[in-house]
Amino acid sequence: MEVTLTVNGASHTLDVPDNALLVEVLRERLGLTGTHVGCDTSQCGACVVHMDGCAVKSCTVLAGQADGADVTTIEGIGTVDALHPMQEAFRDCHALQCGFCTPGMIMAAIDLVQSTDDLDEQGVRDGLEGNLCRCTGYHNIVRAVLAARDNM
Amino acid sequence: MYQFNYRKASSVEQAADLQASAEDGVYLAGGMTLIPTLKQRLAAPSDVIDVGGLDGLRGVDVGATVRIGALTTHAEVAASAEVRGAIPALSDLAEGIGDAHVRNRGTIGGSVANSDPAADYPAAVVGLAATVHTNRRSIAGDDFFTDLFETALEEGEIITSVEFPVPARAAYAKFPNPASRYAIVGVMVAEVDGAVRVGVTGAGRCAFRSVELEAALAGGLSVAALDGVSVPSGDFNSDLHASAEYRAHLVVVMARRAVKELA
Ligand SMILES: Cc1cc2nc3c(=O)[nH]c(=O)nc-3n(C[C@H](O)[C@H](O)[C@H](O)COP(=O)(O)OP(=O)(O)OC[C@H]3O[C@@H](n4cnc5c(N)ncnc54)[C@H](O)[C@@H]3O)c2cc1C
Ligand code: FES
Ligand code: FES
Repeated sequence: MEVTLTVNGASHTLDVPDNALLVEVLRERLGLTGTHVGCDTSQCGACVVHMDGCAVKSCTVLAGQADGADVTTIEGIGTVDALHPMQEAFRDCHALQCGFCTPGMIMAAIDLVQSTDDLDEQGVRDGLEGNLCRCTGYHNIVRAVLAARDNM
Repeated sequence: MYQFNYRKASSVEQAADLQASAEDGVYLAGGMTLIPTLKQRLAAPSDVIDVGGLDGLRGVDVGATVRIGALTTHAEVAASAEVRGAIPALSDLAEGIGDAHVRNRGTIGGSVANSDPAADYPAAVVGLAATVHTNRRSIAGDDFFTDLFETALEEGEIITSVEFPVPARAAYAKFPNPASRYAIVGVMVAEVDGAVRVGVTGAGRCAFRSVELEAALAGGLSVAALDGVSVPSGDFNSDLHASAEYRAHLVVVMARRAVKELA
């Protein structure tokens, strides 16, 4: 099956199996291994990317469903020299420990900040319901999102 | 995942034709239930027929009733000011489903078609006296859920929309599973066309109306009317999250919370 995706601004046309998942295409075909897979039950959020502007779990989207979509991954939001304000805030607030959940957290948090008016602490906690941190560093993650909210 | 053929439908008719000609074809909407099921190898369809591109089945139409296209996501329902104006309890319900990413993909049609005993929308379908419209007919909410993961839908039938009458008042209270956010018990209490209705999800094999609670509240929607009332736990679900007896207890507690919100 042929699919065409725009990923971080570049268009790719790929031949993929009918049962390919978006996350497999991103990681294995495009080498974008910043997007992680942390579970097989669609619960952890490590795989969150933006598809047509919305945060989605890329482990629970078939490549065919993403055909024609505009996808942004953690690799597409900033560079080492010019971090995205959310990445900057995660660094400043010490919001990552092992870093496994971080790409999904950051992509989820960017969508949350962009789509919510008057985001407060409870709103951040509710908004990140679908992102699990096995290091349990939630307190600093919430601090980082609130800090980035003011800089985005 | 097992192998399957992925087919993208461009119309309801084409989707139905693809399903009819497949050896074992299954529809795909948001995929928030079906894809995890495929990943766990709990299903092995020959063909996955993606109806997600059928934009005609998307959107809300609020007038004398609230009609929600089958492909409308939980996030779209939660964000609709028109839905909130007509049936705030339905907005609250949609807003409380799973997490933000699930709400961005999961649809009302998929939720209703699946008849997961712990899903939220089924409580609204029975509690608010909704009608489920399909490509073949219209099915009364009361007749739609028939058993665990079973509905009145026939092989290949496609839900096109779910239509809710606007209740005089309604409230939904849910006791979520702290990990998945699915309902351990969820109760929709509503006054529709002068009658009190109580839709329950999470407790039984599928969503149902509680005759005991409806009888207790028939004289008026007050918390006191539920004092001493109990529901039988007979065929309720029992699992590691809650026993049947605890679920029966929660049904009354959630009903009290919903009624309190209405007062
Ligand atoms: C982590 C997580 C948490 C969740 N938490 C909750 C929760 O708290 N409450 C809750 O209610 N749900 C919850 N869900 C389920 C979610 O709401 C799903 O979106 C919903 O159950 C299915 O909708 P879908 O569009 O994703 O359907 P799909 O997964 O695409 O399909 C589900 C089933 O419905 C059939 N189907 C889909 N559309 C149609 C149609 N138009 N006509 C006929 N058949 C159709 C499919 O063939 C399939 O059998 C959760 C899911 C996840 C992954
Ligand atoms: S990998 Fe866990 S939700 Fe996608
Ligand atoms: S930082 Fe380790 S999982 Fe979150």
